[in-house]
This record gives sequence, C-alpha cells and structure tokens, in this order.
Amino acid sequence: MTESTRAIVIGGGHNGLICATLLAKAGHAVTLLEGRSSIANAPDLEFAPGFFSPGLAHIHTELHPKLRQALNLTSKSTGTKTKTIALDGQGAHIHFYGDKVEGTSVSDVDQAAYASFRKEFLSYAKALTPLLLNRPPRLKNMDRGDQFTLAKLGWSLRFGLGASSMREFLRVGGINIYDVLNELFDNKLVKAAISVDAVMGHHMAPRTPTTVLTYLTRLFAETHSEPSVATKVDSLHRELEASAIAAGVDIKTDAWVEKVIIENDRANGVQLASGQTMLADIVASSADAKNTFLKLAGAANLDAMFVHRISKTRTNGSVARLHLALKDIPSFTNLTTEDLKGRLLIAPDMRYIERAFNPTKYGEHAEQPVLEITIPSLHDATMAPDGQHVMSVNICYAPYHLKQGWDNARDKFTQICIDTLSAYAPNLPSQIIQKELLTPQDIETRFNISGGHWHHGELAIDQSFMMRPIHGTAQYNTPIENLFLCGAAAHPGGGITGLPGWNAARRIIAMTKDKSS
Amino acid sequence: MSDHNYLSTHEPSPFDSGIRAQSQTENWTGWNGYLSPRIADTLASEYFAIRSSCSVMDLTPMEKYRITGPDATAFLNRLVTRDLTKLRVGRVAYVVWCNDEGKVIDDGTVFHLAENDYRLCAQHHQLDWLLLSSIGFDVSIQKETHDIAALSVQGPTSFSALSAAGIKGLETLKPFGILNTNVNGFELTVSRTGFTGDLGYELWAERARADDLWNTLFTLKDTGLFDIRLIGLDALEMVRIEAGFIMPGWDFNTAESTIRADHDRSPFELGLDWIVNFDKPYFTGKSALLAEKARPATRRLLKLTLEGNKPPVGSFIFHGKKGKQTGAVMAQTWSPILKRCLALADVDFIDGHPPNDLWAEIYYQKELKWHVKWARCEIVEGQFWSHPRRRATPPMPF
Ligand SMILES: Cc1cc2nc3c(=O)[nH]c(=O)nc-3n(C[C@H](O)[C@H](O)[C@H](O)COP(=O)(O)OP(=O)(O)OC[C@H]3O[C@@H](n4cnc5c(N)ncnc54)[C@H](O)[C@@H]3O)c2cc1C
Repeated sequence: MTESTRAIVIGGGHNGLICATLLAKAGHAVTLLEGRSSIANAPDLEFAPGFFSPGLAHIHTELHPKLRQALNLTSKSTGTKTKTIALDGQGAHIHFYGDKVEGTSVSDVDQAAYASFRKEFLSYAKALTPLLLNRPPRLKNMDRGDQFTLAKLGWSLRFGLGASSMREFLRVGGINIYDVLNELFDNKLVKAAISVDAVMGHHMAPRTPTTVLTYLTRLFAETHSEPSVATKVDSLHRELEASAIAAGVDIKTDAWVEKVIIENDRANGVQLASGQTMLADIVASSADAKNTFLKLAGAANLDAMFVHRISKTRTNGSVARLHLALKDIPSFTNLTTEDLKGRLLIAPDMRYIERAFNPTKYGEHAEQPVLEITIPSLHDATMAPDGQHVMSVNICYAPYHLKQGWDNARDKFTQICIDTLSAYAPNLPSQIIQKELLTPQDIETRFNISGGHWHHGELAIDQSFMMRPIHGTAQYNTPIENLFLCGAAAHPGGGITGLPGWNAARRIIAMTKDKSS
Repeated sequence: MSDHNYLSTHEPSPFDSGIRAQSQTENWTGWNGYLSPRIADTLASEYFAIRSSCSVMDLTPMEKYRITGPDATAFLNRLVTRDLTKLRVGRVAYVVWCNDEGKVIDDGTVFHLAENDYRLCAQHHQLDWLLLSSIGFDVSIQKETHDIAALSVQGPTSFSALSAAGIKGLETLKPFGILNTNVNGFELTVSRTGFTGDLGYELWAERARADDLWNTLFTLKDTGLFDIRLIGLDALEMVRIEAGFIMPGWDFNTAESTIRADHDRSPFELGLDWIVNFDKPYFTGKSALLAEKARPATRRLLKLTLEGNKPPVGSFIFHGKKGKQTGAVMAQTWSPILKRCLALADVDFIDGHPPNDLWAEIYYQKELKWHVKWARCEIVEGQFWSHPRRRATPPMPF
C-alpha cells in the first residue's frame, strides 16, 4: 500500500489505546477519539477536593509479556504487587500470597491443598493461552488461522496439561466453583476468597454454572503477573497513553463519537457530538457492542436479527463502586498498615456471597454485600491530601435495575456498605470526609458503558469465545465493512488484559493487508 | 382493536352471513384463523367468473399491519428488498422480505396510505418479525387484520360493475393506485390490486361496514346486469398460477419456519430478482444476497408448461426422460384459458443454468386405476397468462 490507511479508534480505555498504538506501529495513520476529557486522569476522578479515585479498575495485573513486548513497554511494572487478605469477623484474617495461604484457622491440609490447587488451576488457565491470545476460531468456514488456533488449543489442553489434568479440566470446566472448592477445602474463608474471583463482575454467584471458567479467565492474568493496586502516578493508562503518542497516535479528548458514518454499507469515518466529521478507512470501536451497533452504526445499517441479538445481549452490571475520602489511615482489627496496602475482601463464606447475589434476581440490592477494598493512597500519596486517604470499594451485588430506583436507595445502600466495613474497621465512619457511590447506572453514564457492566457485557458461556459479543461478529470485524470491535465487548472480555485491543489490531492489520494485496 | 376471539379455532369472517347465504357446498377451510370457502358453488363457475366476468373473494383473513411514525419509511425500506423511498402516497408495491441470511420470510403488498402511514399486507403472521425489525426505529406497528373488512373484486367486468355500484373515480385509478372514496354513506378505500393477473380491485372498509360493503356489491348482482360471483380459494389457486404469483409456505418454505438447512429460498431462487434492489440503503439480507448474487445459481423456482392434460400433482422433475431427479413440482394446475398444464417447480441448476431437458413423471388415475406418464416440460419466462386490460387506464367498460 502506498498511502497509509487512516484509522480511527473510538475510546481511550486501555484496549482502545493498545489497538491504536499497534495500528500506528503497523504504519496506519491513527486518530484516537476519547469522549472524556482526559485519558488517564479525568477530572471527575477527583471525587472530593484533593481526593482522587483510581478509575474503574482499582486492582489489576500486568499486561501479558508478549503484549508488553509488542507495545515496547519498558518499565518493569505498574503499581505495587499486593496480597489478598480475606477478612474475618473475629480478626482471624487469612492472607493469600502467590501459592501460599496463611492464617490461624487454615489447617496444614488446606495449605497443601491450596498450593496444589493453584498449581493445577494456573496450568488450566495457561492451557487457554492460545484461545485468549488469538481471535476466537470460527467453527464454520474456518480459515487457516482458525484451524491453527484450535490446533494449538487442542495441543495445549492435551499435551500441555497431560491426560489426567485434561480429564480433570474437562470435568470442572463447565461446573460451578462452589462444588469444586467444597471438594478441595475445609476453610470457609479460603473458599469464599477464591470464589470472589470467579464471580466479581459477573451476574453470577458461586453456585452459578460455568463459574470455574470465569475464574480461569481471571486467573489467566496471574499466569504471568501478580495483581497490584491501581494508582494515579503508576497508571497503566498513562503508560499506554505515552506509548500511543510515541507511536504517532493522534489522541483527541473531549471527542464523543456520535455516529459511525456509513456509506455504501462501508464505514468511512465518524461524526462527533460537536458535529465535526472525520473520514477514515477503518473505524475500530472500543465502545461496547450495544453502543457500537445500536447507537454509533445504527440499526438501519444492519440485518434485523443481528440487531435483535445485539439488543438482547445481557449487559446489566451488578458491581457498584464506593469511594471514601478519609481523614486518616483507617484501622482494621488485626491488620497492620502494610496489610492495608493489600486487597481486602469481605466475604465470610460462599453462602454469604450466594445470599448477597439472590436479591439481584428480583431487582434488589444485597443487604450484606461482598466487598473488595483497596486504599490506593497508601501506594500513591498524590491521591489524597497529606496524611489523608482514599478507599475504593468494589461492591457485589448492586443490580443495574433496582426495583425502587437508585435515587431512592443510594443513601441506604451507601450506609449498608459503610456498616459492613465498620464491622471490621470500627472507627471508619468517623473518618469519612466525603463519599461517592457509583451504581451501575452512574457507571453507564459516566463511562458510556451499556448497563455499566464490568465486561461491557456478561461473560457467560453463551456470550464468550466465538459467541462474543454474538456470533457473526466474534472475530473483531463486524457485518459492516471497515468497522471493527476492539474493546472488552469482544473476546476475551473485560478486566485489564489488553487482549481484545491486541487481537483486534492484529485482525485489522491482517485484513487490510489482504485487501491491499 | 376488534374483539377477535383468539381462542376459537376458526372465526367467522365479517362477511359470514353473506358468504353462507351463497355457499352451496359448505366446503370450508381454515385461512389465518378464519373459516373460508374453498369452493362456494362449483370450481368451474368460479374460475370463469374471474376470467370472464366479476368475482368476489373475502380477503379479510389476509394479515394486515398498520405502520406509522416518523421512521415508517426507513423501517419498511430496511425490511424489504425493494426501494420504497420511491413509493408515493396513494401507491402500492409488491414486496418480499428476508431474514439475515437473505431467505424469504414472506411476501405481500405495501400500501402508502399517507405521509408516514403504511399498510403492509402479508401472507403469514408477521407481527413478531416486524417488531423485532423495529428495534432502533421510531415506528408504531399495529396488527389490523381483524379490524379491516376486505373484499377482492376481480375480472374483466370488475371496473364496470364497481362503477355501476356507485364507486366514482375508478376510470383514472391506475394499476397499484389507491382511491379513497365514499359510497352509500361509508368510507371505502379501493386499490387496483389483486392476485389474478387480470383487471381487478381490492376494497377495504372498517369491519363495522362489512355488511354495507357486501350489500353494495350484491344488490348490484340482484339487478341481473352483472354476473358477480363469490369465489373460494381453489379457483384463486388456479388463476394465481396462471398469473405466475407465488405463495410463500406452499411454493417454498418460509425462512422463519424452516428448520432444515437449505430448505428455505432466497428471492433469486424464487425468480424475484426484479424486486431486489442493491442500490438502496441497507436492508435485512442484503449482504447475504450480494454474496449469493456473486455465485452461480444453484436452483430456481421455474415456471413450466407440460405436454398433455394431466396435471403433475406432486410430481418429481427429471433431467431427461427417466433421467436424474432434479426437482419437484410445488404448485400445478390445468389452465382452462391456456389449455395447458402449468407448474411451478423447484429445479436444481447445473453450473448456474437450468437443465436443458426437463421431464415430469405424472401419476394419475382412470376409474381408480393408477397410471404413470412422462411429460416434457418447457420453461416459461414471465407470466403464463396476462391480459392488456390489466394495465389499461381507463379500463375497458362492459
Ligand atoms: C465498577 C467496576 C469495577 C471494576 N474493577 C476492576 C478491577 O478492579 N480490576 C479489573 O481488572 N477490572 C475492573 N473492571 C473492569 C474494567 O474496568 C473493564 O473491563 C475495562 O476498563 C475495559 O477496558 P476497555 O478499554 O475495553 O474499555 P473502557 O475502559 O470502558 O474504555 C472505553 C473508553 O471509550 C470511551 N468511549 C465510549 N464510547 C465512546 C464514544 N462514543 N466516543 C468516544 N469515546 C467513547 C469511554 O469514555 C472509555 O474511556 C471494573 C469495572 C467496573 C464497571
């Protein structure tokens, strides 16, 4: 190709940034359009004067080493490694670090079981690598890439795992985490802490089928890195923004895309909310699938059943976020300040999680929620005024559609969360200067994510892999020529993995090469 | 909404008393939840009423939907394969619509009644598909099948008969035109449309006016000036084949009721290329149809005439006499006006072309004894039968 392809990437989340950077590195002229006023540190993250929230992902792992390499990311890591602490009402907390679990209530048997569980499940997660690091293979009309991915997946399951592990993987792959953990452990808190990873961000609880699979997709990140608390200085988004700029991406903020311009059934640009239009040969959208197809592309440009299926994808979020501005360091019973740098979980046992989930089926919020707590200001002093602190809490479960309406429940639900916290940190209420609760509806408006869903759409088995977001657009290209998906709505889903953005970029590069050759 | 009883197996039509009074045979069948005559008197007299005088058929059971709202045109244009932006107010168009795979769901007619106000008539129930297709469009879709009483008045004397019945303005009404008028004190909509390939009209009134509409026609019959005859579905089947019109669900399996792969049909496979327009905005099935168009044809619904006088009921079609089976007859009739056997047959193509030597194997009985014969088939392009009076404006008076 003599002239470089003009590409527009919609959305400056980490997937949009990664996709844009890789397209620019491949020689495309890339413009990235982010609707919010900044990529990394949007002003609305300052939820109280001088107090900054960490953005949506408050704890995450590093990007896959191959992806870091593709992006030429140099710095060793973002954030500080952290451990998980499952809080106990009596102060007998349990500490998880790597394949170790420690706590007065944890038996030797459970400790050994934990080490072998980690080993086994990490190997399952690793066996999924070919599936996660590639576009999901089509099962009909496969091309060589599809066949290769399937072959690699088959190989890694059969030979990477070995016969007996593969058998076990196939056994547990489709069942729920509740049964599996009950088989393996005695300690309630251990089981609950593990199962939080299987359900947080999903409309699922430990007894929901396929929660082993959701656990594995989350665990995949830990095959190459350990989680760290997201902060302001050490922001991954900031690092990715710098690498995008270095690759020549033209980043425009305050640039809400209102429409993808489609002529002769092909995407050839975008129209911004300001009315400005921009032409491009390729448009890659990291907005979720409902936004991309129903709002940006428009039903009139798509087949009716396709539109119907997109409109029926399940995108209602069930996680809320609480930000607290604190006068000083909170004190939790039996935890040191060093411990507070970790990820604290309030989920006493698996039934507690299940019970917190049940009301969401009926449009009600949990009365005793599951909480995931970080205090990022302990890692990054710039996030709060001197000596003061920020607490960020992911809350399960808060349904998108609340029967009584969130306006009528916001204060009550905030209080429920604070009460739940103060059972472990009794003086917390007196330390609170300001609080901000983001319900799934708030997340929807603020970040333009349909339903405010963690994964831009439920990551259930029928909305995964070659069916993500739906079949017919599961390989990043869409029914509309030159329009692509590159965000969490695409395979393999949300969380800070960068895999959708990476896979999409490779797909776009391959498809434009095919066309020009 | 009418108080149509959805629980009853077969509802009487709003014209029930009139129809019963004329039905000599009690030969009923179900049609879209209504009790409809197959034959009211004799098949021959009904057929010849259509072809030589004036026939009347109850059209009420046909599915009817009212589509209104600011996006009505855009919605319909995305639904059907034809370009409806060119359909002016007061005009009707024959249309088909497809699923995402470009397979035909149903056919029907779109009536552009007023700005942003359309009626869509369909062979089969379509409310679910219409609602599903309406996501993202500002339209309202109302089923009005039971709210509108409709009669089809077809035949060479239909223009004169309807004019004599007091309907004014028909002389300037062109084929596929709509006329809103008032007759004997009630509102009547007349469209110059039909399913017979001949001069004819369809009359639409509010259900409450069904008796008025019926009486308008049959008091004229009582004068003895016109042979106005009630017909049933069997006669219609004969003339619609002569006219080359297809029946979704009979001539081919409709897409949304097809389970087995390859049992549904695209507009191209049905010979409807002329209503597929790729130079219009996107419509459901467009991508699939573009891809199909780029491939050689694998099969077509062909119009065949057959030698002899035995209709090919349920016949297979063969390539060469006693050769390889290559298709099947989907609809057939003996055409009295053409003195020929006619068939619509689903035929496999070879390298994009129809086999050059087609034969039908026909089973028939003589005094209950079965016989078999082979009949050579000729492919016919266009309608088997048509008449210039279908298009003449004003139509010839009788
Ligand atoms: C409450 C909550 C808590 C979470 N916590 C964690 C966590 O602790 N750890 C973790 O790993 N993951 C977490 N997640 C999930 C994670 O945040 C997402 O999966 C991830 O951000 C998806 O990345 P993305 O780049 O695909 O999309 P996003 O990060 O959503 O980025 C999309 C970007 O596109 C922009 N945009 C959208 N539409 C338009 C438009 N029309 N025009 C211009 N710009 C547009 C948006 O403003 C946004 O910046 C959480 C999610 C939620 C909802």
